[in-house]
Amino acid sequence: MFAAVISLTLLGALLGLGLGVAATRFAVEGDPLVDELIALMPGSNCGQCGMAGCAAAAQAIAEGSATVTVCPAGGKALATMLGEKLGISVDLGDIVDDGPKLAVIAEEICIGCCRCLKVCPTDAMIGAPKQIHNVIREACTGCGNCIERCPTGAATLQPVPVTLPHWVWPKPAPALA
Amino acid sequence: MGLIETFLHRFAAPRWGVHPDDHKRPAADAPLRQLPLPERLYLPLQQHVGQPARPIVLPGQKVRKGQLVAEAQGRISAPVHASTSGTVAAIGEITAPHPSGLPFSAITLIPDGNDSAGDIDIVADPFALAPDEIAERVAAAGIVGLGGATFPSAAKLALGKRSKVTTLIVNGGECEPYLSCDDRIMRDHAADVVDGIRLMMHAIGAREALVGIEDNKPEAIAAMRRAAAGFAEVTVRPVPARYPMGSDRQLIQTLTGKEVPSDCRAADVGVIVNNVSTANAVHRALRLGEPLIRRIVTVNGGAVWQPGNLMVPVGALVSDLLDFVGLKSEPARLVMGGPMMGSVLPHAQVPVVKGTAGVLAFNEDDIATPPPSPCIRCGSCTQACPVGLLPLEMAALIRNDRLKDAAVLGLPDCIACGCCAYICPSHLPLVQYFSHAKSELWAQERSTLRMEATRKLAAERAVRLERDAREKAETAARRKAERAAQKAAQAAAEAALSTENAA
Repeated sequence: MFAAVISLTLLGALLGLGLGVAATRFAVEGDPLVDELIALMPGSNCGQCGMAGCAAAAQAIAEGSATVTVCPAGGKALATMLGEKLGISVDLGDIVDDGPKLAVIAEEICIGCCRCLKVCPTDAMIGAPKQIHNVIREACTGCGNCIERCPTGAATLQPVPVTLPHWVWPKPAPALA
Repeated sequence: MGLIETFLHRFAAPRWGVHPDDHKRPAADAPLRQLPLPERLYLPLQQHVGQPARPIVLPGQKVRKGQLVAEAQGRISAPVHASTSGTVAAIGEITAPHPSGLPFSAITLIPDGNDSAGDIDIVADPFALAPDEIAERVAAAGIVGLGGATFPSAAKLALGKRSKVTTLIVNGGECEPYLSCDDRIMRDHAADVVDGIRLMMHAIGAREALVGIEDNKPEAIAAMRRAAAGFAEVTVRPVPARYPMGSDRQLIQTLTGKEVPSDCRAADVGVIVNNVSTANAVHRALRLGEPLIRRIVTVNGGAVWQPGNLMVPVGALVSDLLDFVGLKSEPARLVMGGPMMGSVLPHAQVPVVKGTAGVLAFNEDDIATPPPSPCIRCGSCTQACPVGLLPLEMAALIRNDRLKDAAVLGLPDCIACGCCAYICPSHLPLVQYFSHAKSELWAQERSTLRMEATRKLAAERAVRLERDAREKAETAARRKAERAAQKAAQAAAEAALSTENAA
């Protein structure tokens, strides 16, 4: 009996050691680049890029199957940051930037169903059952999730009007220099 | 000018800048005219740097001249007062005097023609007031920097006092071609300007004031010297006429020899700069109790019949001014401010604001420029740049959308004076490149901030969802426990009952 205990203990220790070494030696690392890219993404998982959330988009960008200009919510700023991280030059002309948009709720036809509240990735919707909902403009990213869920068509995306402090000087037309 | 002074002048002549033909006369020599009261006045809520003012009148309300119609909100802001007596017709949007042609909010006032003022609150001796109280009165009068930057003056005075500034620099440079409103105010109201300077010195606690006036305005220099003769603390100092002498950093360097570091303010080197027209407005506010409701505007340019300076109520339309002076021809370009740094106007139906120094109506000959050709890398722009930047390099980077690299070369220090574009032999729109890049970089910074906020909100939502699920589970568990306890109690009661029955 004593011999059996000793031999099994030894066997266990050896196998454990072997597994431990193998775990560090043959470890399959998650791509650290993907993690870094995820940290840059907006993280709202709004799905405007057509992928399953920001992590999936970061994975696709790291693999090269998606361009850095894939994220409409991040816009030019994100594309530039991703380009710097990946060390590639970015053609910002790719971004179809038809200006920021915000969700707006038509109060006359909102029925207070709360569906938009549940899908908003940034909790920008306020409201309660059978109460007219509204949008916190500062928190809305214009992802459009609420538009799809609204049963009455009360939620729409409206372009944010350009105001004086937000106006951008156009680039001089004859691009010499 | 004495021999030594001439020599010093030549020696001290700045190496930066350009010397455009100033086009100031004959407009500067024409006597000041009063613009007749227009049919309507438009009082914009945002005539200053900072938060817009908040209207406190309602349409249909009657107001007196100088009555507060919109109050300041926030730390950096300025109130707006009625320029004359009349009725508030509307509060709504009108076109801003800005190249974008975008609208901004304004109060429409229909003058009643009486121009009657309300009660006036003045003190016999403003110098007996505490410095803070002068700043408060300046704030209440809605005074902003009239040199063009329109920074609320009270905030500047408070900053000067906090920073223990010893020298007040008064900007009578007026280096922009065509403009002569500051020249006019120094010639006609030198005593008032000097009084305003002394009041500002009192508010800041400054020991000396240096009035820098470009030497192309000998009449103004003489008038100011006469007015300042009795006050040893106010010195009038002619400076060489060179654009952009009226830029605060350049004037500080010329007058004191101190260079303001790029990431610092003037107060950090112990000086505060204020315009001569601002000094006049401070005088009027404290001595006459009149808020900033009118100013001198130079109307000039090749398309103007009778160029000159007009006393204009704030809120008059540019078209009112042009009708008054008469036009030789339909202007090819309208500019508010000077030709170097002013804004091209979308049309003449925009109001004169507190910061409007001039309205220029140019004809085709004035604005004719040859088409741009490629950069020949002559380096004229680097010599002209008063801030010591490399305009040609920055423009080349911006052309290729490398805005961040341009920022590394010092783009944020660019004061948009336009010297580089003026001097460029290839007629490149250099300053337009920089304006584009600056606003584009700000937009990118805003979207970065917004993205960070979105990330934070998404993280907070995840926390909320987790908390909701946990609370739901806890509630369910509690209910289950409650139900089980209820059931047990019921069972016990039934058991007791049956035992009782059995007994």
